[in-house]
Amino acid sequence: MSAIKLEGVSKRFDSLQALNDVSFSIEEGEFFGLLGPNGAGKSTLISALAGLLRVDSGKLSVLGADVRKDFRQARRNLGVVPQEVVIDPFFTVRETLMFQSGYFGLRKNDDWVDELLTKLNLMDKADTNLRKLSGGMKRRVLIAQALVHKPPVLVLDEPTAGVDVELRQSMWKFIKELHSKGHTIVLTTHYLEEAEELCDRIGIIDQGQVIAMESKEDLLARGLGSKLLIKTRDPIKSVPPELQDRVVRCEGVELEITLHRDQDSIVEILDQLKAHQMDITYVSVVNDNLQDVFVQMTGNKPASVKG
Amino acid sequence: MNWFACYTLFRKEITRFTKVWLQTVMAPVLTSLLYLLVFGHVLQDRVEVFPGVNYVSFLIPGLLMMAVIQNAFANSSSSMIQSKVMGSIVFILLPPLSELEMFVAYIGAAITRGIVVGIGVFILAFFYADVPVHNGFIVIGFAVLGSFTMGSLGLIAGMWAEKFDQIAAFQNFLIMPLTFLSGVFYSIKSLPPMWYELSKWNPFFYMIDGFRYGFFGQSDKPVLISFLIMITFALVISSVCITLLKSGYKLRDN
Repeated sequence: MSAIKLEGVSKRFDSLQALNDVSFSIEEGEFFGLLGPNGAGKSTLISALAGLLRVDSGKLSVLGADVRKDFRQARRNLGVVPQEVVIDPFFTVRETLMFQSGYFGLRKNDDWVDELLTKLNLMDKADTNLRKLSGGMKRRVLIAQALVHKPPVLVLDEPTAGVDVELRQSMWKFIKELHSKGHTIVLTTHYLEEAEELCDRIGIIDQGQVIAMESKEDLLARGLGSKLLIKTRDPIKSVPPELQDRVVRCEGVELEITLHRDQDSIVEILDQLKAHQMDITYVSVVNDNLQDVFVQMTGNKPASVKG
Repeated sequence: MNWFACYTLFRKEITRFTKVWLQTVMAPVLTSLLYLLVFGHVLQDRVEVFPGVNYVSFLIPGLLMMAVIQNAFANSSSSMIQSKVMGSIVFILLPPLSELEMFVAYIGAAITRGIVVGIGVFILAFFYADVPVHNGFIVIGFAVLGSFTMGSLGLIAGMWAEKFDQIAAFQNFLIMPLTFLSGVFYSIKSLPPMWYELSKWNPFFYMIDGFRYGFFGQSDKPVLISFLIMITFALVISSVCITLLKSGYKLRDN
């Protein structure tokens, strides 16, 4: 059974087609990354999945439970960490988590709440009002709230935005632990290195449409492959005509050209450069990362990779 | 019906207002007491609305009901608008709570706050003047019915409003005038004919008048009429509220 399934989902806001006939599924136990530039439709998609938004057409289900018709089961199956840091300022951390447990019908959830507080380094703040917590701590409370009912599917909508490196590391350690215990994790992030490091499969959404849905390896292979970085003794005046189409950068003594992973021979390229009277002092191969592939597919710069 | 989830939301709402009890309970009790002191002192020897009932005694049920319904409205409306503006409404929308469970919890808390404030006003008034209770069931019945209706109206206002000042406008331009013109401080029979006729179209009048009957066994209109009008008003407002909740009006993007 699919952890998450979308069939022909469309949503329009006035003149903006936020989601356009989106269909895909995420299997149980996957660590799935959902990427896309600003306003691509990622948050709309997550809101629709969580029942915060009603779509114009199409079906969405979580572990087989339809998000409209069987909303209770769908919501029990799903935990959502929202993108915005929101709190109810009246309550302490423990009160917040106990109320959240109660909304899911859980009467005695103290042990799991204690475990969450410990795992997320919040135990010493358990009886502190949420207003008095730092931004990072509030974000950890959001994660704990999403997990109070032990959902088999966890959606994290940019959970590490604005979080310091140390906290980010401990957060991912905990999320990885949940994944190893069988939880399905869906992640949107604008730290593409996070997606590259953590996710098994990645979907890229742009202008409300899925433009890629592949394993991380396949997606990386979709890129032109790698780049060859060459340094020369003297400033480079010209590049051999047969390589000119592939120049990424040519500045001073540095030349960067694209490499087709399965087609090119580095030795052959170096021979062509030598034949062009270049005195090569340094050669290095730089593999494409997810960021390069993302930019190639969406035409967006990494800094704006946010939804 | 997921009763435990509903009860949890109810308990959360109760905790919310009791944490700031000075503002949510004591302040309205004090306001009612001030009305009682000022109006009572000024008008006690000048006005007798019902035969054999002095003005201060007449005033107490009106002030009490006014406190009950205004606080029932304030509880549900402020809770809803706060959680919408601050974004914490997602914690209610993400769990498997049905719209009916949300309605029962919010309105239950609104009735509770209304009644708690009402009891506070009653206790203070009890020391200040003689307050007979002709029929306790009618008193409680009208208080619950009034706070149920106003809690529902508060929830509608909370869903509709996008800013705090819109709620304030709702309170100042609708609830407050209708309450003040509902016979809290006078009998509508003492009004000029046009205002008398207009008052008959004010549903708040029937809340106050029926409630007052429970204390004195006397009222401007027969208590059964007030009860039937109140029931109708309560059904209409609560139906609108539940329909809006089910449609996700300004809560879930449609």
